[in-house]
Amino acid sequence: MKTKSPSEMKAAVQREKKLGLATRDAYGQVLVELGQADPRIVAVDADLSKSTKSGLFGKAFPDRFFNCGIAEANMVSVAAGLASCGKIPFASSFASFLLCKSFDQLRMSVANPSLNVKIVGSHGGISLGEDGASQQSVEDFALACALPKFTVLSPADEISCRALVRLAAEHVGPVYIRTGRPKAPIIYTGSEHFQLGRANKIVAGEDVTIIANGLLVWEALVASDLCRERGISVAVIDLHTLKPIDEAAIIAAAEETGAIVTAEEHLLSGGVASRVAQVVAEHHPVPMASVGIADTYAESGTPAELMEKYGLTAKHLVQAVESVLKRKK
Amino acid sequence: MENGTIEQLQKKATLLRKDIVEMITAAASGHPGGSLSAADLITALYFKVLRHKPSEPEWSDRDRFILSKGHGAPALYAALARTGYFPVENLKTLRKLGSPLQGHPEKGKLVGIEASTGSLGQGVSIGAGMALAGRLDRKDYRVYVLMGDGEANEGQVWEAAMFAAHYKIDHLTVILDCNRQQLDGWTAEILDIEPLADKWRAFGWQVIDFNGHDFGQILKAFDEARRTTGKPTLLLARTTKGKGVSFMENNLEFHGVAPTTDQLQASLKELDR
Ligand SMILES: Cc1ncc(C[n+]2csc(CCOP(=O)(O)OP(=O)(O)O)c2C)c(N)n1
Ligand SMILES: [Mg+2]
Repeated sequence: MKTKSPSEMKAAVQREKKLGLATRDAYGQVLVELGQADPRIVAVDADLSKSTKSGLFGKAFPDRFFNCGIAEANMVSVAAGLASCGKIPFASSFASFLLCKSFDQLRMSVANPSLNVKIVGSHGGISLGEDGASQQSVEDFALACALPKFTVLSPADEISCRALVRLAAEHVGPVYIRTGRPKAPIIYTGSEHFQLGRANKIVAGEDVTIIANGLLVWEALVASDLCRERGISVAVIDLHTLKPIDEAAIIAAAEETGAIVTAEEHLLSGGVASRVAQVVAEHHPVPMASVGIADTYAESGTPAELMEKYGLTAKHLVQAVESVLKRKK
Repeated sequence: MENGTIEQLQKKATLLRKDIVEMITAAASGHPGGSLSAADLITALYFKVLRHKPSEPEWSDRDRFILSKGHGAPALYAALARTGYFPVENLKTLRKLGSPLQGHPEKGKLVGIEASTGSLGQGVSIGAGMALAGRLDRKDYRVYVLMGDGEANEGQVWEAAMFAAHYKIDHLTVILDCNRQQLDGWTAEILDIEPLADKWRAFGWQVIDFNGHDFGQILKAFDEARRTTGKPTLLLARTTKGKGVSFMENNLEFHGVAPTTDQLQASLKELDR
């Protein structure tokens, strides 16, 4: 393990948290831009367009926006019909209702014929806060990943969200994008390259790699700083595409750092931890630890309180790093 | 709770409304509009209609009440507190970390909650199941479900409507809080669901269309539901979203936004008049 250099310590102290837009806001803005460029883009929502921000598209293109009312299953199959006749529908609701209430419609209307439908679930995870468990979404990655041929995305900040929504629109095939309610800390500068299915390594490191998505990418950056202060060199990978998973990046991380910690605002089963573990176990077994939500629904509380209580902060990541290092040969 | 004269019920409803705006302001989030529109209906239920024992919440012969439009939780919590299920001061903990008063009701977390709701569309089905269980157990409890008009967009509501009529579940009463608004706007503009009375009748239900803020009419409607045999009853309560606080009435902004402390003071003043 490296010992810290003074310049690195300074960097650690200095990482400044700049809050950008919530990813749902970035989504709404890009959707309007996409609509301007391509008349095939249409949007449907289920009486949450004020919250998912698809309402921005509805304002700009009232003829190409269909509010389906509080009827998510119908909305998803309507989107399938639109897609099968050449439109590029974006269907938005809260992540929980979109995936859970419409799962069979996603399965048979969309995934089975592999239609070009984009579904966008806002208020992903538990960081929506006070509304509580019924509105939170702790299982959407698992459900979306269980839909064959679906691309599954979880952007970390407004910059990556813009890029990924554009890529999703260009991609021909079904895509799920999780967006979030709270303002998200800025991770990217805007000069980075994004590609579906290609994870972004945002910090280099030697001892452990943290593989995270969504809001946990910021926590991973903070954790890498904290670890550096303790003489532990931590790499950070933003796994913005959960499916198809970037096997090469994960195998390289296993080879280069010999230990992996995953982090996600999701149940520990069926999301980042499960999917990364499968790649690691099959290709290059190394010790792993995971940060995520244990087998439970969360509850009402402020976003910060919930992230703390359910173990989703940089502090928890540092603990996971320390635990995995003990098991590293 | 047989002493509910109309005047007493009106007083209780005002008390509930004050609780509602106070607790949502303290939580700094929540749904005042739909809580206030349902306040009179919930007052009638808890202070007059329901057969229940707040000191024995698990009493097996109790009538069941399900708040299918779970975002109206503050109205239900206020009614539960004011009828003695738990101390009134706990209302202040709404939506706070660790509180049993979750943003949307959760069965098992708070006494008196019969079903976990907040994902719209499920309450009528759950209520039908509870009513069937009562029939199997030869119990005479009744089941009441309160839902929203936007909620009636959900296909499951109509599956439940078919089901309850088919099985002649006449001890199931659904109260539809018809305040003509949903989240994104007016129901007539988002997804028009009228004519509601015709729809439910066509599904085989007894329908009573009445003013959901007039206790005389409310009590009469519940009475008629109790006397109806062979089919379930839909109480089509015509209401005003935000009822009781003038600047919230029919104001889409107050679907899911908490009052500021200034707005709270103004609300309390109005309600006290
Ligand atoms: C399945 C589901 N979809 C979306 C929502 C988000 N949501 C919460 S309240 C609401 C509008 C409800 O309208 P209505 O049933 O008319 O209730 P009210 O007007 O009494 O508030 C919506 C869409 C939800 N809670 N559940
Ligand atoms: Mg309504």
